[in-house]
Parts: sequence; C-alpha cells; structure tokens
Amino acid sequence: MATVEMTFTPLPAHVRTARLVATAVARRSGVPEALLDEVRLAVGEACSRAVEVHQEYCPGEPVRVALTGARERFEVVVTNTAVGDDGMAWPPEPATGPDGQDPATLPAQLGLAVIAGLADDVQVSRNGDGLSIRMSWPAGTPPG
Amino acid sequence: MDLKLEHHTTDGIEVVDVEGEIDVYTAPRLRELLIDLVNGGHYQLVVNMEKVEFLDSTGLGVLVGGLKRVRAHDGSLDLVCTQERILKIFRITGLTKVFGIHDSVDEAIAARKSEK
Repeated sequence: MATVEMTFTPLPAHVRTARLVATAVARRSGVPEALLDEVRLAVGEACSRAVEVHQEYCPGEPVRVALTGARERFEVVVTNTAVGDDGMAWPPEPATGPDGQDPATLPAQLGLAVIAGLADDVQVSRNGDGLSIRMSWPAGTPPG
Repeated sequence: MDLKLEHHTTDGIEVVDVEGEIDVYTAPRLRELLIDLVNGGHYQLVVNMEKVEFLDSTGLGVLVGGLKRVRAHDGSLDLVCTQERILKIFRITGLTKVFGIHDSVDEAIAARKSEK
C-alpha cells in the first residue's frame, strides 16, 4: 500500500500541489535534503506530462499519483489513463537545442530528458489504458 | 508562489525580471510577455532568473521559443542565473550550450554590448 495516494483533475494548476505533496512525503520518508529538489522537479515533469495527455484524450479522468516510502527507497508512480497516449521513446533522445526543433514539441521531449536526468531509477510501462512512470530515490531513516 | 514578471530597458536591451515558479501553469504568462516584447520590436532580451524558485521543462520550452523568435530578427536572449538547482536543469537538457548564461544583469548586458 502506498504511503500517500492522490488523484487530481488534469489541470496545470494542480501540478504544483502534486509537487508540494510529493516533496513533503519524500522528506518524511527520509529522502536526503539534497535530493528533494530532484524529486520535486521529476514529479512535476511526470504530472505535467500526464495532465497534457489527459487534456487531449480524457479530460474528465483524474491523474493518479502514488507515493511510497519503504525499504530505504522512496518511490513515486504517476499514472495516466489516456488511451491515446501512444507511449514514449524511452530513454529519451538528448535535447538538441532550438535549431530545427518545433517549439510545440520541445517541452515534452525536454520533460522526459529532465526525468531521466533526475530520478535515480525510472521505469515506464503501459498500465491498462495509459502509462505509468515509476521513479525512485534512496531514502534513509525517516525523521522522528 | 505564483509568477511575477516585470521588464525595463537598460542600454537598449530589454531586461525581464522573473520571480517565483515557472511551470506548466505559469509558463504561458512568460511566453505571452516574450511574444509581446518581440512583437513590440525588442529583439535584444535578457531574462533575469535570479529570483526564480522553480523551473520545469515547460519553462525551458518557453525560453527556447523566445530565443527562436529573437533569432529570427537577428536578436539575442541571454539568461542571468547563478542558482545551482536551476542551472542543473539547463545542464541536464544540454541547453547550457544554447543560451548565454551570466552571473548578473550587468554582465549579460556588457557581454551583449561587446559582441556588437
């Protein structure tokens, strides 16, 4: 069972809330302070991507986030239920800069690159109708 | 914290001061400002990110979009940033090679002036 589970309406305004909750649970799970910024950013990227595909394919369905601190790891699973999400190139191609890039597609590619660069361990898998991004970081002893 | 945007002209260069969080929710406001500035004929831009508390890939995309727009007019978009946690995102994505990143607004302006 996850330590904390949340679902949120796929709106950009709620991504910040998801980031804040994930950071708080990570801290409580014993993730070192030096890694909290990475958790915050990676979770934000995964949630932003989920919001984007939900808005395109299933705006009435919530985005799901599960946060688990156990066995000296802190794990985050962000799951979308967008049937039309045809997956992602994983691992992502390195960003090549603005020349020749379509600005509209660049953020999505950058988001994947950021997740790959920040999370200690990343797995992307199809989960029912949509995709799950599973990320984890080392966690020490939770604060008293 | 929400996003706060201000801009002013110094030595013929438009300086955009950004404060707060640039993410999927707030980035459209920065995009609109950069588009407005370019449409208003400002092609030499410096984006001061010293008070930015959070930057994600959407924000990076907006900055890259701004760079493309000013370059279309032979302009420039330089950044001011000394915060390691923000610089790390540019390094991960390889964008440190794309943007001129400076330690202060004065340094960014001086560097731009020296290239003219």
